[in-house]
Amino acid sequence: MSFEMGKYDIIIIGGGHAGVEAGLVAARLGCKTVMFTISLDQIANLPCNPSIGGTAKGHLVREIDALGGEMGRASDASVIQSRMLNKGKGPAVHSLRIQADRVKYHNYMKRVCELQENLDIKQAEITEVIVEDGEVRGVVTSLGGIYYANAVIISTGTYLRSTIHIGEASYDSGPDAALPAKGLDESLKKHGIELRRFKTGTPCRAHRRSIDFSVLQEQCGDEEIFPLSFETDKSTIKNLVSCYIAYTNEETHRIIKENLHRSPMYSGRIDGIGPRYCPSIEDKVVRFADKDRHQVFVEPMGIDTDECYLQGLSTSLPEDIQLKFLRTIKGFENIEIMRPAYAIEYECCNPTQLRSTLEFRQIKGLFGAGQFNGSSGYEEAAAQGLVAGINAVSRVFGREMLILDRASSYIGTLIDDLVIKGCQDPYRMMTSRSEYRLILRQDNADQRLIPTGYRIGLVSAERYNRLKSKMKEIDEEIKRVSKLNIAPSIKLNDFLIEKGTSPLSTGCKLADLIRRPQLDYSTIAPFDVERKLLSDDISEQVNLQIKYDGYIKKQLEHINQMRKFESKLLPEDLDYTQIRGLRLEAMEKLNKLKPENIGQASRISGVSPADISILVVWLEQKGRQNVS
Amino acid sequence: MPTIAAISTPNAVGGISVIRISGEKSIGVAEKIFRSTSGKKISEMQGYTCAHGAVVDGEDTHVDEVILSVFKAPKSYTGEDVVEISCHGGVYITKKILRLIFENGAKPAEAGEFTKRAFLNGKLSLTQAEAVIDLISAGGKSELKYAIALKDGAIFRRIDKIKRRIISVLGDLAAWADFPEDDIPEVDPENLLETLKGIYESLVETNKTYDYGRIIREGINTVISGKPNVGKSTLMNCLSGFERSIVTDVAGTTRDIIEETVQLGEIKLRLSDTAGIRKTDDIVEGIGVNLAFKRIDEADLVLALFDNSSEITDEDLKLIEKLSNRKSIAVINKIDEKSALDRNLINENFKYIVEISAKNNEGIEGLINAVNEMFLHEDIEAEKGIIANERQKNCITKAEELVLDSINALEQGELLDAITIILDEAAAYLLELTGERVSETVLNEVFSRFCIGK
Repeated sequence: MSFEMGKYDIIIIGGGHAGVEAGLVAARLGCKTVMFTISLDQIANLPCNPSIGGTAKGHLVREIDALGGEMGRASDASVIQSRMLNKGKGPAVHSLRIQADRVKYHNYMKRVCELQENLDIKQAEITEVIVEDGEVRGVVTSLGGIYYANAVIISTGTYLRSTIHIGEASYDSGPDAALPAKGLDESLKKHGIELRRFKTGTPCRAHRRSIDFSVLQEQCGDEEIFPLSFETDKSTIKNLVSCYIAYTNEETHRIIKENLHRSPMYSGRIDGIGPRYCPSIEDKVVRFADKDRHQVFVEPMGIDTDECYLQGLSTSLPEDIQLKFLRTIKGFENIEIMRPAYAIEYECCNPTQLRSTLEFRQIKGLFGAGQFNGSSGYEEAAAQGLVAGINAVSRVFGREMLILDRASSYIGTLIDDLVIKGCQDPYRMMTSRSEYRLILRQDNADQRLIPTGYRIGLVSAERYNRLKSKMKEIDEEIKRVSKLNIAPSIKLNDFLIEKGTSPLSTGCKLADLIRRPQLDYSTIAPFDVERKLLSDDISEQVNLQIKYDGYIKKQLEHINQMRKFESKLLPEDLDYTQIRGLRLEAMEKLNKLKPENIGQASRISGVSPADISILVVWLEQKGRQNVS
Repeated sequence: MPTIAAISTPNAVGGISVIRISGEKSIGVAEKIFRSTSGKKISEMQGYTCAHGAVVDGEDTHVDEVILSVFKAPKSYTGEDVVEISCHGGVYITKKILRLIFENGAKPAEAGEFTKRAFLNGKLSLTQAEAVIDLISAGGKSELKYAIALKDGAIFRRIDKIKRRIISVLGDLAAWADFPEDDIPEVDPENLLETLKGIYESLVETNKTYDYGRIIREGINTVISGKPNVGKSTLMNCLSGFERSIVTDVAGTTRDIIEETVQLGEIKLRLSDTAGIRKTDDIVEGIGVNLAFKRIDEADLVLALFDNSSEITDEDLKLIEKLSNRKSIAVINKIDEKSALDRNLINENFKYIVEISAKNNEGIEGLINAVNEMFLHEDIEAEKGIIANERQKNCITKAEELVLDSINALEQGELLDAITIILDEAAAYLLELTGERVSETVLNEVFSRFCIGK
């Protein structure tokens, strides 16, 4: 028995990090939107580690923020510890990471969604997607309710036909005892969508009072705090907790090794493919047998709870073994587990079926976002949710779609990797995945993306103008120090020698001194008497842009080349077997992946430069035929 | 689009070879290696004009006398700015000029790329499109075949080894940057510097084998030089008689020089007879000397003949002076006659000295040993592999430059994020030879070597 329940512009299936961003964006851009979640109490849940950001992920959050997304603000509202990672390794890899209060984060996001005009949030399980003539029409709930819409975004996270494994026990369940989504996967397969099974794991949560912190190494937050959102006043953020580091030992490893047969990963009961960068403790012990200890980070789950997350110990070993090996760890002798560690298997799609807009190629109006697309991580999910939301709106209004290219952002790099290269295991963002990382820094995400956010309508004119005046100030200051002559003086030369760099014999520009690795914009201030007082933020940008000028120029050259290729569009319905001269392997790959442009085609493994030349000639040939 | 260059005449000994450069920077690239006789700059030349002059290398040393033609966009074959350099046919000289062009910013042209650009720029009609595609496709296939063949070769293994070292360094850097909280050894700039220097040396050494490889394949361009009647043609005959198999006879090329390819031990010599020079010699001696000197400029090896029975002459002195910094062997002929030669001058100026009697066929073994010693055991070990084509050479040269850049940046105290960007590019050049991509290769390295993850 089914019945009509409502009509929307956009439907979102799932209220996790992808779903929330997608829902907020769609509603903010004026679409009548509904977000379905299996449990309202799981909205924006942090079922794994209670932290946001980190290497490359911090970049993603700042980019989301610059585009008008919510994740940065929600993080800043629930910070309990903040750290800037990778200091001293260069600004390209500086990464912000915070410990969040898990409940506060959920409450904040749920409240923002509730308050958002145009956005309805409903507790329901979606079991069917309605597709007619290659276009999405709506969804059906497990209770039989039919909701119609012009666009549907699937962001089912780890809930789609999910199974939890703990030792010999396994049961159908989503994370944190939520119901799994059953039925939707069958509906998607029926519409021709290729699904696959991935797996991920999470460590146990233990009670604070059962851990002896006096023997663990304390890890405090930074003294100087940087918010994740460019809009947050940094004085509002305080470090409220510490994290702690413990170590496994030979005895821990012995227990794990002796019980491997009880791990479903090793007994072969799990088929799902797990993430390479997030191995379980049994994986670590087996694969890196020469290591005599592994780190464990004890992270508080929040302020109003005694639950602690034990990062580094994800496992699918049975509960008794978990307890047994935990108690071998110094400081954990009396540990009490509150939630055991588990592995979770779930269905997700092969992302090469998607366009760069995150819309399915074969079904108009149907979008995928987040872990459903084969990624992992809250930040990766939120980034995709934002883009899928923006493009679902474009689909509804018939506007131009947003495609962020690899040179624009980590978000663009993430999506390009997913849709063109696909993923063999859950995809995590890393700085080494971006070839343009000297330009795609977390400190300049606002400069890179606020203009786009403003154009789309997600960033206010007020914020956009603030950015413009900031950029003007940066620009003027760079011009000033590039022109400013500095004469050698005894005082200056003493200073230079003291800093370990060569003294001046003739005059030079101030910028030349800033460029020296031993100096920077702020240390040279005493010799720059005309300097105006500038904010830290602006000084930092002036410093970085001058210091990295040579590298930035070189990267920009590469980017220009890349964009030329990217602008040569390939027709979507192209049958590559009809193009003479392509090698067989190239034909097959191109037909399967249907790249949107020559740039994407050139990134497909198995497509050679000669194949690309042939495509370019073919495009020209076709272009001329159309004219004549 | 990048500026590209290639030899556009068949790769063989011929009268004239033409090298074509096409693209925005072609005039700028040519400008760096060309000195016109009139002193006019290429950038000042009109389209469809040519200039006489010389190609010079980085040290401004004369490489060849050439005619250079300029075609300005869109009035050229490709529709871009095109420079064509006509030089003196020899494979060695032509490739040397091509390499100078690459060193100054052009890239090796892909198969059919000039024609492809001509088509894209509207220079060829639509009906020619299929022909263009066939050309690219055939070229691509033969390149692929070549690349596969190379995979079994020593040079591939050698490049592969260097590549793996760079990837390993990049793996260290990536793991360290992307997993700051994991238990990963810190990257120590001092160690990194040492590793990079080692990689750089390997690249330089591999690059050197390129010249050696060319020598093995094509033979050493050898000139026998010396004053009249010193015994040049007798030595030539001697060597021809000694060698076990004459590979080819190339007679009557446009410059009227008779070449013989002679296999001596592991080494192949392309000997130039100086008969032509002697003939001219009789008429105007000065021209003869100039011509002989021009041949010396082009040679890989000069066998400088001296007469044991006579004193050093002005001609001998001129020859000695000309040969400073060139690969040469002093061959003292006529040792069967009474010695009148001042040996000190020879000893001071030559590393390799052999004594022969060409007439009696004595001492030829010694000469052959000297040649083998010079080319097989000096600097380079033959078994380590040889770079097989210009593309490989170009990739290795680029990687070498970038690794050097990274060393300099590191020594100046630049931060590691900048260093990795330079190394990424260096690795990309080496991976280009196998069609792999840096990002995936590095990540695979990270995951296979480091225990990371929460």
